Parts: sequence; C-alpha cells; structure tokens
Amino acid sequence: MQHDWIMGLAGGLIIGLAGAVFLLANGRIMGASGLIGGLVDGSGKANRAERLAFLAGLFGVPLVLSLLTGWKDTHATGNIAVLVAAGLLVGIGTRIANGCTSGHGVCGISRFSFRGIVATVFYILAGGLTIVAFRHVLGVI
Amino acid sequence: MRLFFALLAGGLFGAGLHLSGMTDTTKVQGWLDVFGQWDPTLAFVMGGAILPMMVAWRLTRVTRPLVGGAFPPAPLPELDRRLIVGSVLFGMGWGLAGLCPGPAIASLSYGGISGIVFLAAMLTGMFVAPGLRDRLDSAVPAA
Repeated sequence: MQHDWIMGLAGGLIIGLAGAVFLLANGRIMGASGLIGGLVDGSGKANRAERLAFLAGLFGVPLVLSLLTGWKDTHATGNIAVLVAAGLLVGIGTRIANGCTSGHGVCGISRFSFRGIVATVFYILAGGLTIVAFRHVLGVI
Repeated sequence: MRLFFALLAGGLFGAGLHLSGMTDTTKVQGWLDVFGQWDPTLAFVMGGAILPMMVAWRLTRVTRPLVGGAFPPAPLPELDRRLIVGSVLFGMGWGLAGLCPGPAIASLSYGGISGIVFLAAMLTGMFVAPGLRDRLDSAVPAA
C-alpha cells in the first residue's frame, strides 16, 4: 500500500511535468478531453497535428513501457452496457463542462481557477455517489 | 518544435498515468469509494501533478511560450450551467467505469475489448456533445 502511494506521487510529478512542458513550450493547457474532443467534433482543426502528436505520445509511451516491463491490467469491467453508458457520459460530460481530470483538475486547480475547482468538486461528488448507488445499493459494478 | 514538445508532453503524461496506477480502474473507483475499501492513491497523484503545474503557471508571468504565441487567457471567473451539468455527467461515467479521457488513451494498448468499447462510446459522446450543449443552453430552467 505504501508502495502505491510513492508510485502515485512519482507518477503524479511526471504528469505535472508533462503539463508544465505543454504549457511553457507550446503555450497550451494539457486537457485530455479537449485535445481529443477537438479532433472528434472538428473544433480543433487548426492545430490537428499538435493534438495527434500529443495523443501519439500518450498512447505510445505506456505501450513501450509495457513491452519493457510487462503488461498491466486495467481491471475494467467486461459489462458492455456499463462501458457504453460510462463512455457516453464521460464523452458528453467533459465536452459540455469543457474539461476533465487533467484540464479542470490538474491544470485548473494549480492556477487556482474557481471553475476548475468547482468542476472537480462536482465530478468527484458525482463519481462518489455513482459508486454508492451502483456498487453498494444496486451491486452492478 | 511544436510537434516535438507535444509528443514529449503526451509521452510524459502517458508515463505518469501508467506508473502512478491511474490506468487501473480499481484504484480510481477505490478512491471514489469512501464507504468501501478506500484507496488514497489518486490524491497523491493529483497532489504530485499540481506541484509542478503551480511552478509552471508562476513562470508564465515572466516568460513567453518557447515556440512562440501566447499563454492561455486568465480563467473565466463565473460558473455556468454547462460547467455544473457537464461535470456531474462526467463524474457519473468516471465512477461507473473508473476511466477518464487521459487514462483511456494511455491504457488502450493493454485495456482489451473493454478499453476499446469505452473509448468508442466516449468518442461518440464527444461527437454528439456540441448539439447537446446548445440544447442545454436554450433549455428553460425547471419551473
């Protein structure tokens, strides 16, 4: 358990470094949902190559690390209905709120953005209540 | 250079998500599950990520972006319906599957069918979101 916290902190510092590079070098906020969503709905046409390069690194480095050190397991549910509902909610929600855990969370909180902090409070509360409802009451996840 | 730094940032983001355990849905759901076996890892990840970013935001006051252009404008001060409704919907999906957009891409090479199904649904959601956003804006508050 203690090992998990240390890896969490170390990994977190690397995530923050990633956001710092993207901000200080390219002048961009590292928000995963915005970078992906802009490609999907066409709003990010102007800097398409930059978005694709970022996503290539995001996909590629864990792949290379896995090849070197062994494959991890996401332990994600195999329940297709749950996955589809969750994916739709995450896709719609992050694009309506204009941000997710990286944009509103990491990048927003670190600049003391009121909107980032409020968004983070709301998605954590909603996530916690969803766990209560679907795990402890209904027992489906 | 812009593409090189984007690739570097994306790669670091992926490495951080992978090493921190945030591509493991049990750790994410475990953090949200305060009434079950609570797992504090996510708080360490968030805390660790916010520290370098605080320094970076400080530096934006005295520098320019390395490849040119301008830094993002100051955050908007006011809340709106989109922010609240969107965040609640996102949180529900995040809790249901334990996945959010960054880790969904980072774990795609080892997430199997589950990872692909989630990603396909997420991209579909992102595709229809602009239309729903407009409907949300024009909706009259519940009487």
